[in-house]
Amino acid sequence: MPDRPAIWNFLLGRLSLSSLPLDNMIVVWTFVAVALGGGAVLAAITYHRKWGYLWNEWFTSVDHKRLGVMYMVLGTVMLLRGFADALMMRSQQAMAFGSNMGYLPPHHYDQIFTAHGAIMIFFVAMPYIAGFMNFVMPLQIGARDVAFPFLNNFSFWLTVSGVVLFMTSLFIGDFSHAGWLGMPPVSELRQSPGPGVDYYIWGLQLSGLGTLLTGINFVVTVIKMRAPGMTLMKMPMFSWTTLCTSGLIVVTFPILTATLFLLSLDRYIGTHFFTIGAGGNVMMYVNLIWVWGHPEVYILILPMFGLYSEIVPTFSGKRLFGYSSMVYATASIMLLSYLVWLHHFFTMGSGADVNSFFALTTMMISIPTGVKIFNWLFTMYRGRVRFTVPMLWTMGFLFTFTIGGMTGVMLAVAPADFLLHNSLFLVAHFHNVIIGGVVFGVFAGINYWFPKAFGFRLDEFWGKLSFWFWQVGFWVAFGPLYVLGLMGVTRRLSHFTDTSLQIWFIIAACGGLLILLGILAFVMQIYVSIRRRDELAVGNDPWGGRSLEWSTSSPPPPYNFAFIPLVHERDAWTDMKKHGYQRPLEGFNAIHMPKNTGAGVVLAGLGTVFGFAMVWYIWWLAALSFVALIAVAIVHTFDYDRDTHLSAQQVGEFEHTGNWEPKAQGATA
Amino acid sequence: MNTIAVDTVHSAPREFLCREEAHPQTGTLLGFWLYLMSDCFIFAALFACNAVLGTSYAGGPTARDVFDLPGLAVNTALLLVSSVTFGFAMLEMARQRKRAMLGWLAISGLLAVCFVGLEIHEFVTMIADGAGPGRSAFLSSFFTLVGTHGLHVTVGIVWLVVLMLQLGKYGLTEANRRRLLCLSMFWHFLDLVWVGVFSYVYLVGVLR
Amino acid sequence: MNHPSPSAPEHGTPHPGDHDAGHSHHGSLRGYLTGFVLAAILTIIPFWLVMGHAISSSLATILIVLGLAVVQIVVHVVYFLHLDTRSESGWNMLAFIFTIVLVVIVLGASVWVMYNENANMMPMSPQYTNHRQGS
Repeated sequence: MPDRPAIWNFLLGRLSLSSLPLDNMIVVWTFVAVALGGGAVLAAITYHRKWGYLWNEWFTSVDHKRLGVMYMVLGTVMLLRGFADALMMRSQQAMAFGSNMGYLPPHHYDQIFTAHGAIMIFFVAMPYIAGFMNFVMPLQIGARDVAFPFLNNFSFWLTVSGVVLFMTSLFIGDFSHAGWLGMPPVSELRQSPGPGVDYYIWGLQLSGLGTLLTGINFVVTVIKMRAPGMTLMKMPMFSWTTLCTSGLIVVTFPILTATLFLLSLDRYIGTHFFTIGAGGNVMMYVNLIWVWGHPEVYILILPMFGLYSEIVPTFSGKRLFGYSSMVYATASIMLLSYLVWLHHFFTMGSGADVNSFFALTTMMISIPTGVKIFNWLFTMYRGRVRFTVPMLWTMGFLFTFTIGGMTGVMLAVAPADFLLHNSLFLVAHFHNVIIGGVVFGVFAGINYWFPKAFGFRLDEFWGKLSFWFWQVGFWVAFGPLYVLGLMGVTRRLSHFTDTSLQIWFIIAACGGLLILLGILAFVMQIYVSIRRRDELAVGNDPWGGRSLEWSTSSPPPPYNFAFIPLVHERDAWTDMKKHGYQRPLEGFNAIHMPKNTGAGVVLAGLGTVFGFAMVWYIWWLAALSFVALIAVAIVHTFDYDRDTHLSAQQVGEFEHTGNWEPKAQGATA
Repeated sequence: MNTIAVDTVHSAPREFLCREEAHPQTGTLLGFWLYLMSDCFIFAALFACNAVLGTSYAGGPTARDVFDLPGLAVNTALLLVSSVTFGFAMLEMARQRKRAMLGWLAISGLLAVCFVGLEIHEFVTMIADGAGPGRSAFLSSFFTLVGTHGLHVTVGIVWLVVLMLQLGKYGLTEANRRRLLCLSMFWHFLDLVWVGVFSYVYLVGVLR
Repeated sequence: MNHPSPSAPEHGTPHPGDHDAGHSHHGSLRGYLTGFVLAAILTIIPFWLVMGHAISSSLATILIVLGLAVVQIVVHVVYFLHLDTRSESGWNMLAFIFTIVLVVIVLGASVWVMYNENANMMPMSPQYTNHRQGS
C-alpha cells in the first residue's frame, strides 16, 4: 500500500499516481494516440447525434446479427492492438543484439508478449469466431434468433468487459508478464506483486463467463431451433462445427474459470495451490490450464473448418465432398481434443509411458484433420473453381495450415519435443496453424459473408492485395523462426548475444511489415468498399450460395425469415433454387420477437467495475459493485415481459423494401 | 454426378415454407442442464486438485486431525432431506397446490440454511484451530472445494427466496414453473456433488 | 444418387420428444421416496465403514466407499434429477454421458500425470517433505 493517510488507502486501495506509467514514454505516447483517436470517435458520434441510435439499435440489441457484427468490430479493433504488440516484439528482436539492448526493457517486453498472446486468443480469435457463429448459424438453420437472446447480448458485453480491463492495464498500472497462460510461480503474488496478473485474471474471468454463456446458448439453439425438416445430417457444415465448438466451450471453459479462480485465491487469500512450498504444486496449474488450453485451440479452429466447408463448395459449384466424414471428423476431434493436453508439457517429467500415450493421441488427432483437408481438395477437384477473395484465402489456408499441421506432428513426437520445446520452432508452429487456420479463415469469412451483412460486396482489388501481403508476409515472418528454432533459439527473449542470428530476425521483422501492409490493405478494403457501396451492391445471393442464409435479403430483416423454411435436403437453398422457389410477397404473419434490453450492458459494466476494484484492492467498491451486480440480476428476473411482436404489415414492409435482386454485374464472376 | 436424374425425380412442386407461425419451443431446461454439466467441470477441477494435493499437509494438521465425521453426517442428512422435500414441492407444483408447494420450498430452504450454517461453523472452528486455508495445500484444496459447494448452496438459497417471492406474486405461471424446474435441477445437482464431497474429500480423506 | 424420398416434415413439431419433457421432470412420490431410501442406505454404509473401522484394510474401504459413491450418484441422477433417454429427445442424456466421460478423463489423467511427475521429479517422499517443513 502506498504511504499516505489511511483514508486514501481505503478509498483507492493500492491505486496511486505512481500507478500511472508516466516514466514509460512508449506507453505515454500510446495513451496520447488512443486518447486523441478515441476522443475523435466519441466527438464524431456526439456531433452526429448517434448515441441514441447506437444505444437503441446496437448496444441493447438482442439481434444475433447485430451482435455478430459487433463481435467482428471488437475483434478487428483488438487485432490492431495485438498486432501492434507483435510489431514491437519483431522490431525489438531485430535490433537487440550484442551491446544494443533495443528500445524495450525486459519488464516491458515481457508484458508485451503476454498481452500479445492473451489478446490474440481471447479478444481477437474468440470474438471473431463468436461473431461468425452469431451472425451465420441462426440464419443457416432457418431460425429467427438464438435460444437465449438476452444472454447473447450479455455474453458480448462480458467480452467487452474483459477487453476494457486489458486495455486499462495499458495505462493504469501494468500488465502481467507471466506469459499468455499466466504460469506460476511467476504469476504468484511473491513473484508478481503488482496488479498485472490481477488484470489478466479478472479480464479472463469476465470474458470467459461470456464465452461459456455463448457456448450454452448456441448448443441449445442448434438443438432446438433448426427449421423443420433439417435433421442433424442435413445441417450445413458451419452449423455443425458451431455445435461442436460450443459443446467444447461448455466442457472446457469452466476449467479455465476454476484454474484462474485457484490462482486468484493464491494471490488474494494466501492459499497454496500453485505456490512453491507449503505443499503447493506448480505443475498442477500447468496440467489444469492445458486441460482447457488444448481444447481451446480446437474451439478456435473448428468453426473455421466449418467456414471453409461453406466457401469451398460454393466457389467450386459442387456439393461438399464427404459431408458425413466431415461430420464424424469434427465430432471425433471434439472428443480427441480432450485427450492430448499433456503434449504441451512433455518435458516436465511425466515419464515415458505418460508421454507416449499423449504423443499417440496427438498423432491420432491429425487423422480427422487430414480427412478434412482431403475433403476440401476433392470438393475442388473437377469443380468450376472461382478464384474470388474468400476462395483465395481458403486456398492459402489449405497450403499454410497443412504445413503447420505437419510441424505440429513433429512436435507431437515426444523425443523431438525435448529439443524443440519452448523454442522459436514452437512459436512458428502455432502461428502457422493459428494464422494459417484461424486468421485466414476470418478474412475468408469476412469477405464471404460481408455482402449478407451489409448488402454490398467488399472490393476485390484491395482484398486480393491484402491476401497476398498476408500470405507472403506470413512466410517471411515465420520461416526464419522455424530455422532459428531448429538452431535452438528459445522464445520470449528480449535480447541476444550471438550476432550471427540477427539476419534471421531482420528477415522476420520484414515479414511483420508485410503483414502490416496486409492489415492496412484490409482496412483500405473496408474503406473503399464503403465508398463504392452503390457499385458493389448485391442481392440476396451474390455468390450462388447453398445454405439458407442466402435465401433471405441482404442484410436480413430482424426476424431473418418471414416464413420459417421447410428443409428437404442438405444444401437447402440450392434445393430451393433448383425447384424454382418463388418467394412470397403476401400472406405474412405477425412475428414474435425478443425485446431489446440494456440489462446486459449494465451487468457487464458492473462486472468491469468489480474487476477493476479487485485489481486495485479497492474493497468497498468491489463489495458495492458485487452487491449491485446481484441486485440488478435479481431485478432483471422480475421482468417477465420480454417479448414484442412485429405485425404482419411490418413484416410485409420489410419484405418489400429488402435487398433482394442482384444489382451489380460480376457479383458471381 | 447425375444431377439431372435428381431433378426429374423431384420435379413435383415442393413446399419450402411453413405458412403458419409455429409456437417456439423453450430451450431453457436444456440450457440449464448444459449449465449444470459445465459446472461439473468446475467441480472436476477442484476434485482433481484435492486428489493431487489432498495429502500435502506440509507438516500441518492432517485430514484425520481436522475432520469432524459426526458433524459431517448431520450435514449430509440435512442436504439429502432437503433434496427430497424439494421433490415434494415439485409434486405439489404439478398438482397446482401453491400453498403446499411454498411450504415444502420453505422447509427445503431452511434445511439448506442449516447446512450452510453448520459448514460456516466448521470452517470458523478450523480456522480458529490454526487449520485455515493458508496452512497447507491440503487445507487450501479442502476449503476451496467445500467452500465452492457451500457457495453454490448459498446461491441456491438466494434464488429460492427470490423465486418464492415471484411465485407468491405472480403465481404458477408457465415462466415460474420453468424457473422452479431449473432450481430443482440445481438443488438436486448440488446434493449429487455433495455425495462426491463427503465420500471422497472427507471419508476417503481420513483413510489415505 | 439415390436419395430416399424425403418424408413431409412435421409442421411446428420437429422434435416430437419435447412435449413430455416437462412432465418427466416432476417425478412421483414413489420415485422420491425410493430415491431417498436408497440414498440414505448408500450414505449410511460408507459412514459406518469409516467411522466404525469395519474393514481393516483402508485400501479396500476406500474402494468400497468410492464404489458406493458412484452408485449413489446414479441413484440421485435417476430418482431426483429424473434423467432418462426421453427428456429433451435424449440430448440431456447425451450431454450427461459426454460430461461423465470427460470428467473421468480430467480426474483420472490428472491424477495419473501428476503422480508420474511427482514420482519422477520429486524423489523426496511427502513424509520427508513434511518433516522438513514441520521442523
